[in-house]
Amino acid sequence: MKRPSRWNWLVPAVSVGGLLPAAVLAADAVRGLLGANPIRQATHQTGQLALILLLLSLACTPLRRLTHWPWPIRIRRALGLLAFFYAALHLGLYLLDQDLSLSQMAQDILKRPFVTAGFLALLLLLPLALTSTPRSVARLGFARWTRLHRLVYPAVGLATLHYWWGVKKDHTGPLIVVLGLIVLFAVRWLVPDKRKRKT
Amino acid sequence: MAKLPVQREGDEIGTDTAQPAIQPPTSRREFLRSATLFTATVAGLGGGLELLTRRPSGAGAAGSSAAPLGRVKRPLGPYDTSEAVTPYAQATTYNNFYEFGLDKSDPAQNAGSLRTRPWTVRIDGEVRKPQTVDIDTLQSWFPLENRVYRMRCVEGWSMVMPWMGFALAALIRRVEPTGKANYVSFTSLHDPAQMPGQRSEVLQWPYTEGLRLDEALHPLTFMALGLDGRALPNQNGAPLRLVVPWKYGFKGIKSIVQITLTSERPATTWALAAPSEYGFYANVNPAVDHPRWSQATERRIGEFSRRQTLPFNGYAEQVAHLYKGLDLRRNF
Repeated sequence: MKRPSRWNWLVPAVSVGGLLPAAVLAADAVRGLLGANPIRQATHQTGQLALILLLLSLACTPLRRLTHWPWPIRIRRALGLLAFFYAALHLGLYLLDQDLSLSQMAQDILKRPFVTAGFLALLLLLPLALTSTPRSVARLGFARWTRLHRLVYPAVGLATLHYWWGVKKDHTGPLIVVLGLIVLFAVRWLVPDKRKRKT
Repeated sequence: MAKLPVQREGDEIGTDTAQPAIQPPTSRREFLRSATLFTATVAGLGGGLELLTRRPSGAGAAGSSAAPLGRVKRPLGPYDTSEAVTPYAQATTYNNFYEFGLDKSDPAQNAGSLRTRPWTVRIDGEVRKPQTVDIDTLQSWFPLENRVYRMRCVEGWSMVMPWMGFALAALIRRVEPTGKANYVSFTSLHDPAQMPGQRSEVLQWPYTEGLRLDEALHPLTFMALGLDGRALPNQNGAPLRLVVPWKYGFKGIKSIVQITLTSERPATTWALAAPSEYGFYANVNPAVDHPRWSQATERRIGEFSRRQTLPFNGYAEQVAHLYKGLDLRRNF
């Protein structure tokens, strides 16, 4: 560490802001504000939070390419970890909704494509969360670490599919996610990364 | 994340990069700046996420101003379940009524725009006495009965509802079906001005439902005008709704304006919307899963553990004979 960075506040702020919904959710649960079916409502909300934060983490690179701002990349790791946190909470709440029955969960994962997709998405995020530290980058080597972290693309695809298949009728939410993904990937394709033009 | 060299071009916000060597004010200014940005970021990200995903729903806002229909403490009748009745506040704030929005809490919040008087019901089709009748006249034809029924939603939750109303059979007999009547078709109000959810194309409006005539004439099949001793709240289907306790809740069409007896099987809304997921019969059946979830268990609203779902929602003894010889896997 050289002089204290002017951006010291950024990652803590993103972490606190990202955890705020979890705190409010817990408070709502205690105060009985989650409606008649609280577990179901909490499951839905944490799932949406996970997907939104995953999209935000994927927006960092396109945003950096467009604007050359330095801050998006600094918060990418925090956003990814927050997404994983909410995805894990989402799974935990779903399991709670099944009376913590692991056999019921296993059956659902095997039999129901929308559960399979969601579970696989979380499974793919797990190694990314475990190797999110700078030390992991050093240990794996940057190239291998980058390759590993490309798992985020199938993960976000599966998570979106999970959302799409999961809604009963109204596909507005999933459609917005798909449009968001299209925009993000369009930027990646259209705006080349000027930082590494080796080929 | 790899440690990137500190990038100076990120410092364009402040003009104070070239500072004179007066330390304390600078660091105080730095601190204030960081604290402000920290707070703004927390509020922006946290608030944004909350705005997008939080749906607080207290038990308030239920339309409980309705006049009592005359609550009678009474012994349970032959059709009543003795299970604990779902609290009124939950039964009136957790509803699927897409005419008023897609969230469970939407109907309670939006159904105030529905005007249930004056209200007429058209009864026609294969009947000898087709007619259009005012809802109050219709109500006066039959003595109001109480029925405490289980209600099982196709989504995997259930309630116990203290309905008030009359047996559909009594109404059908009154209009005298012809020999060609095989089915009964029901239609909800279609008026986007009163039902804002109908401005979206999420379902084909108006909502329609149907029963086989023998199902409609079964003594369990009920027309509800009231709930828990009060007039039916708008969000629960005022002023008149169908209740078929052995079928999934979506068969219980709400805010009915037309009842037509037909010779052909009528089209029904959810079967049109997703034919692989919702059938015409929609009998509660723990052995036949919804394509996306199991129907073997259910969450009774207000309970922490799930319950086993019963065939025909626990009414098998009364209704199973209606479906003898019918393959319930195919006719789901």
